[in-house]
Amino acid sequence: MIYNEEYETMPREALEAIQLRRLQKTVARVYNTVPFYKKRFDEVGVKVDDVSSLDDLRRLPFTYKDNLRDNYPFGMFTVPMDDVVRIHASSGTTGKPTVVGYTARDIQTWSELMARTLMAGGATRGDMIHNAYGYGLFTGGLGFHYGAEKLGASVIPISGGNTKRQVMIMTDFGPTILTCTPSYALLIAEVAEEMGVDFREFNFKAGIFGAEPWSEQMREEIERKLNIKAMDIYGLSEIIGPGVSVECIEAQNGLHIFEDHFIPEIIDPDTEEVLPYGTPGELVFTTITKEAFPVIRYRTRDISVLYPEPCRCGRTIVRMGRVQGRSDDMLIIRGVNVFPSQIESVIMEIDGIEPYYQLEVAREGRLDTLTVKVEVNEKVFSDEVKNLQNMERKLEKNIKEMLSVSAQVKLVEPKSIQRSEGKAVRVIDKREI
Amino acid sequence: MKVEQISIFLENKAGRLAEVTGILGREDINIRALALADTSDFGILRLIVNDHEKAKQVLKEQGFTVGRTEVVAVEVEDRPGGLNNILQILFENGINVEYMYAFVQQSGQNAVIIFRFDDIDNAVDVLMQNGVTVIGGEKLYAM
Ligand SMILES: [Zn+2]
Repeated sequence: MIYNEEYETMPREALEAIQLRRLQKTVARVYNTVPFYKKRFDEVGVKVDDVSSLDDLRRLPFTYKDNLRDNYPFGMFTVPMDDVVRIHASSGTTGKPTVVGYTARDIQTWSELMARTLMAGGATRGDMIHNAYGYGLFTGGLGFHYGAEKLGASVIPISGGNTKRQVMIMTDFGPTILTCTPSYALLIAEVAEEMGVDFREFNFKAGIFGAEPWSEQMREEIERKLNIKAMDIYGLSEIIGPGVSVECIEAQNGLHIFEDHFIPEIIDPDTEEVLPYGTPGELVFTTITKEAFPVIRYRTRDISVLYPEPCRCGRTIVRMGRVQGRSDDMLIIRGVNVFPSQIESVIMEIDGIEPYYQLEVAREGRLDTLTVKVEVNEKVFSDEVKNLQNMERKLEKNIKEMLSVSAQVKLVEPKSIQRSEGKAVRVIDKREI
Repeated sequence: MKVEQISIFLENKAGRLAEVTGILGREDINIRALALADTSDFGILRLIVNDHEKAKQVLKEQGFTVGRTEVVAVEVEDRPGGLNNILQILFENGINVEYMYAFVQQSGQNAVIIFRFDDIDNAVDVLMQNGVTVIGGEKLYAM
């Protein structure tokens, strides 16, 4: 089902004409109102009038996360605070958060995009949405909330945490759409099982999961354990929050980017060269309708790939592949780039293993060491030492083959790896560099 | 003529074994035999208890990974060469022993050894045909 048929299935030519007009407006807006952008544009010698085609986007300078931090808290806003109706912030791993603002029209835009997202994921106005994304400074909770109301669905603003109560509400209210992080979806199912409740008996038909990297194997596990269709969603607060792109329930194959609001590019993270469709690299977004907080060529640090082929759901907008990892999360182990999601794919290939793992990187002398801790559950447990050791060796061999990096796999007791209700702690880096 | 054994996954952390025996003790479960196989980073604790159903349940509740396996309890004459005699029978019949360990109690004058076989039915047949005494579960748990 398509919420906004006109814009989501628009012929490319018409879409690109709209994109160009909106890009030109945005470029003028940031140049004239944000000192940071004026300075950057002047430095590289590009003028507002230079943008006469979409290809001219490449002439504009990139915006980095550090630039947002340097202008903390409100230096990147294009409007006076009088026109700002909402402020969100993303937690930084170090220091100050990144602060973003919304005008009333931005909130309308975002709500529309989230209504599109929900409908792409299988929701209609007749659905009841159990929204377990966190409400607060984080964009997840409120983003889904406004989209659900815009769609006309019934939203349960339960937020994250208190999982037993979540299971009770699911039992009593019978929601049909679940929205939360993928690891929290599995945690809810686990808690339900402990409470003696069969999650598959619930009314849920679909779930939209994001805000952390996950894998195809994790999708299969969620779909099996929760008996729902699981869609991947992408977004980040610097662009708008959730609602940048989402998978459709018809194909579940790549996330449709709402290109009438955001222009995506894929670049080589080292050379910053723009890469063609189909080549993996770092995602870069330019917002073209945002008022309070537009960004020009924002380096997301997320590794993905774009493919332009129309989808069988009818949408003509470009799709991005599942995010392969963040260049921030990217571990460089003995010179090899390693994403936690790649290790997860290897682990999940073994029947019965659950996605509870942790990567521990350390340094012995001058050599990096990678230890992959994997929890042993009843399905993979054996009373014979050799069987468990064979599993360890097999995982080590597969990791070596897939990633060209040597790892030591260590089996650990169930629930010994920290569970989190929001994002999972996948990596512990003990190296002092 | 088979005996139930439970096995528990343990990380090599101080005190984990004592935790298991503590839980079983509190629940009034009697350990009849115990063997720990360990590697540099994990161990597998194998137990024969008087109530394996309950043991499995309480250990699972405490978050342990617990498995169940069928093993064979064999009477071995308590004299030099007693065990060798049995191993010889198994070898000659091409039966592979995965692991074995001793039972705490004697059966009369005889020692009791617990065997884990791949092909348990065939192993029991061969042992009995060769006049070896195999002790059934009920008798063993009560010994
Ligand atoms: Zn589609």
